[in-house]
Amino acid sequence: MSALFSSKRRAVCAGLVLVAFCGASTAQLRVEITGVGSQQFPIAVANFARDGQTSAEIDSIIRADLARSGLFRIVDAGSQAVSENASVNLPEWKGRGADALVVGSVARLADGRFDVRYRLLDTVKQGQLDGVSLVSTAAEQRLTAHRIADRIYEKLTGERGVFATRIAYVVQTSPKSWELHIADADGANPQAALRSREPIISPAWSPDGSRLAYVSFESGKPVVYVHSVTTGERRAVANFRGSNSAPAWSPDGRSLAVTLTREGNSQIFLMNADGSNVRRLTTSSGIDTEPAFSVDGASIYFTSDRGGGPQIYRMPVSGGAAQRVTFNGDYNISARVSPDGKQLAYIGRRSGRLQVYVLDISSGQEIAVTDTSGDESPSFAPNGRLLLYATAVGGRGILASASTDGRVRTRLSGPSGDIREPTWGPFVK
Amino acid sequence: MTLNTLSRCSLAGAALAIALAGCSSVNLDDQPAAPIVDATASTGTKSGTDPRAVASVDAQAGRGLDPLNDPNNPLSKRSVFFDFDSFVVKSEYQPIVQTHGGYLGTNKQRRVTVEGHTDERGGREYNLALGQKRAEAVKQRLLLLGVAETQVETVSFGEEKPRGSGVSEDAWAQNRRADLNYR
Repeated sequence: MSALFSSKRRAVCAGLVLVAFCGASTAQLRVEITGVGSQQFPIAVANFARDGQTSAEIDSIIRADLARSGLFRIVDAGSQAVSENASVNLPEWKGRGADALVVGSVARLADGRFDVRYRLLDTVKQGQLDGVSLVSTAAEQRLTAHRIADRIYEKLTGERGVFATRIAYVVQTSPKSWELHIADADGANPQAALRSREPIISPAWSPDGSRLAYVSFESGKPVVYVHSVTTGERRAVANFRGSNSAPAWSPDGRSLAVTLTREGNSQIFLMNADGSNVRRLTTSSGIDTEPAFSVDGASIYFTSDRGGGPQIYRMPVSGGAAQRVTFNGDYNISARVSPDGKQLAYIGRRSGRLQVYVLDISSGQEIAVTDTSGDESPSFAPNGRLLLYATAVGGRGILASASTDGRVRTRLSGPSGDIREPTWGPFVK
Repeated sequence: MTLNTLSRCSLAGAALAIALAGCSSVNLDDQPAAPIVDATASTGTKSGTDPRAVASVDAQAGRGLDPLNDPNNPLSKRSVFFDFDSFVVKSEYQPIVQTHGGYLGTNKQRRVTVEGHTDERGGREYNLALGQKRAEAVKQRLLLLGVAETQVETVSFGEEKPRGSGVSEDAWAQNRRADLNYR
């Protein structure tokens, strides 16, 4: 269907400051939206009617998701619950300023599961845009809420939502304690996939979201592991003499590009995802690292200091001549390719500040998408709309996201440690 | 006077002194002096050694003192420090590298890991590569001094294992280093 979210209907809302709490647990991340001048679609999400005890506040999660995307303005829907079967006065909701209305209910089934029903209503055209029933266990209710938010997002913007996806990041909880976490895209529901008394860096999701590759120093040096998320099964796939780091998955999930120093300085190698068939791709006398595959898998972007300071280059996946891609400033690192292949996100240092930049690959146009300094590790949301990155506040690492146009920035912060190395996971069925 | 006689006399004197100090309620007039002297003398004469003597034993004595564990040996200095964004081994650290090169050259069975480190500024993976470059720079110096390639492994910890903490040039300077770690 065509997106309702056309530019003429967008309301300009300057100076929006919205704080949404993702849950009561202090271990969870707090979301702050500090976008300025963003154009937003006004939507009301009424409280869902409830039948029996439920574990998650479905309606609050939907509101927080939509607000965090930066594309929606949440219109106050009052405290009254409105079920999907209630008769609603759409012109009245339109009069309150909402162009769309979400209503629904949560009912406990005889088998203990929950039936969440919802409708998305267009107050302007006075019709239904979506209406479904989703049955889930108590533990799956957050996911159900994220899935409803994804449906709403897709109906209204025409693009796929990313609320039901997951993120991974590393948190240092004490001087001798590191954890690799997997959390919902809103930072809630964090779970430790790995705990270690040595550093962990550079997590990378396999394209199907089932595995994480990362670098662990647990054996006294950097070694690349591949870790199956659901089973916890893991194995060292690159454990050569020297340092092993910077794993990147090929789009088909069959290969890993890694940085090895077994032949001297840091150079990029390609291997099968099980660690076999290792072959060298770069042959420079300096540093070549941080490989990132292009969307078609035909080329690899990487960081190299071959021209002096670190810059981003591109080479064929078989190796060979590399072309320089970044030309502004003397320090550009950590490139990631957008899902449509048209943009490159990376960290650039300008006047001593490390910020997230986005480059339009075909035009060479570059914009700063953050106004912070000390930014690290940008990664694209799977719909390409948002970037997740780490930044430093008060000497501590926090997670943040920004729209790729830089207009909306979101801070995800948590009190439970020094957070770094975030990476946004793929769409998963 | 031999050492044995000296200590025997001293001990006898010490025993007497304790007795004379009078903490005990025993009256010396009721106790002849001879048994006191006899008891002390018998211990000393039978064994021929001083029971209060302390023999100092070095745990490493059997293998000879490992120069790596001797804090007075120049080999105890195992860190080379670098300038910001640099992997050049500065002249002030050449003697350290030369000392280790000499030791490894004559002790071919010894293996060393050179661990590169950086300060916290910049990206983690790029810093890992920069730390590797520092470790590699030290390794190349060692090879020039006759150390075998198989004796040296270079790894990097990047910015992950800072020695100095905090946001200051002082802390950063401590962290831009390569450590020689013997295995």
